[in-house]
Amino acid sequence: MPRPKTDAARPDAGSILKEARKLLAPRLAEPSRRTFLGSLTLGGVAMLSGCSLNDGDQVERALAAISRFNDRVQGWIFDPDALAPTYPAAMITRPFPFNAFYGIDEAPAVDEAGYALEVSGLVADKRGWRLGELRALPQVEQITRHICVEGWSAIGRWGGVRFSDFLKRVGADTGAGYIGFKCADDYYTSIDMATALHPQTLLALTYDGRVLPREYGFPMKLRMPTKLGYKNPKHIRALFVTNSNPGGYWEDQGYNWFGGS
Amino acid sequence: MSADPPTSPSSAVVYPRWLRISHWLNALAVPLMMGSGWRIYDAAPLFAVSIPREVTLGGWLGGALQWHFAAMWLLAGNGLFYLTVNLVGGRLFRRFFPVSPRGVLADAVLALRGRLRHDDPGRYNQVQRAAYLFATLDLVVLAMSGLVLWKSVQFAVLRDLLGGYEAARLVHFVAMVLLAGFVALHLVMVALVPRTLPRMIRGR
Ligand code: HEM
Repeated sequence: MPRPKTDAARPDAGSILKEARKLLAPRLAEPSRRTFLGSLTLGGVAMLSGCSLNDGDQVERALAAISRFNDRVQGWIFDPDALAPTYPAAMITRPFPFNAFYGIDEAPAVDEAGYALEVSGLVADKRGWRLGELRALPQVEQITRHICVEGWSAIGRWGGVRFSDFLKRVGADTGAGYIGFKCADDYYTSIDMATALHPQTLLALTYDGRVLPREYGFPMKLRMPTKLGYKNPKHIRALFVTNSNPGGYWEDQGYNWFGGS
Repeated sequence: MSADPPTSPSSAVVYPRWLRISHWLNALAVPLMMGSGWRIYDAAPLFAVSIPREVTLGGWLGGALQWHFAAMWLLAGNGLFYLTVNLVGGRLFRRFFPVSPRGVLADAVLALRGRLRHDDPGRYNQVQRAAYLFATLDLVVLAMSGLVLWKSVQFAVLRDLLGGYEAARLVHFVAMVLLAGFVALHLVMVALVPRTLPRMIRGR
């Protein structure tokens, strides 16, 4: 169940939160609303046709259709070889802001001992992956800019397994359309195959040289500098390769599905 | 001051149909972009000020983004159409040039004294030329910086030209403020010289 987004947390939550507050203070207590036309202002809808609220549905449908069109346009613009800029370590945003649809204290604590990444769908090898096994695969690291749908950005350092390597290893059908993710915090999202195969897309196991901490998505996060923050799932529990679009937590509420940058 | 067209009688068409359609589509697209843009700005304000919710469009961030990324097609498509027709037909040069700082100043002084004549609708005075050229250029800057915010990885050249993602945010914001300034002034001028309005609707 989607929980309301409450970034406000208790005062003892530490410096990460303080930084997040500073960066994000003005948007705290931001309600997320599924039906936004009820509160549409500026007479925006009325301006279009002098219409009544019943026409709101139609406007909402039209906007959703355009958003799907924008998915296609972005898929078409996406260049699989275009790399996101990388930065020197001195430019890392410290501390890196925490951001989720809940407060920092509620970030899920996943127990490593009982953890295995589930892999399913259009893959040859469906066995689970323990963290030790993933750490034994070749690791890469990169310092990139994380861009949030809200407009702010921050530079961070992530390391882990190149996702395309992982997909090859499990014998994923890379001709399939989508990869879906299910997370320990009940978050879910999905991405297009082209982005999954992008060389900078990482199954991130570390942050800034340490094991990925709980607040940044332990045990693993899919880190894509070519996509907005909400497309980068944290606390991944399971992933699956599929040909039908699995949607996502924010995407199903109206955020653009492709969400690429 | 040579290439100006001859004085048009008040019954002649001063605004061709394509221009009027394009102008009013733009007058629809700009408030949609600005209202939704303000709501997006409020999600993570660059400065200590936020925009009052009542004047924003979209209701929540996701709704505002949908409006913004829908209206952008109208703004960009219509803008390209306006620029293309204006350039190809040479109207841009006939209508908006010559223009010089001195000329703009002189006409501004005349206007403030209430002595700028408006009896030739076929010609823009220098203040109008400068203001409309500015609005057009500013919209181009808005669109370019918007492209960088939307696709900073894919449009790398444009991104580097603007100094990176965060710099593009600032450019986008400043260009928005300037456009809002233009629109405010534009509307005041239309209110002060109301006979230009039916002209922009009926063409003559
Ligand atoms: C409802 C709002 C608006 C009204 C009532 C309005 C009215 C007018 C009128 C009457 C003219 C002719 C002016 C003259 O003869 O000097 C004009 C021209 C123009 N307006 Fe607007 N306008 C509006 C919105 C906008 C907006 C939002 C923009 C751009 C941001 C804009 C940009 C222009 C430009 C560039 C011209 C010159 C067009 C050309 O000759 O190529 N207008 N407008």
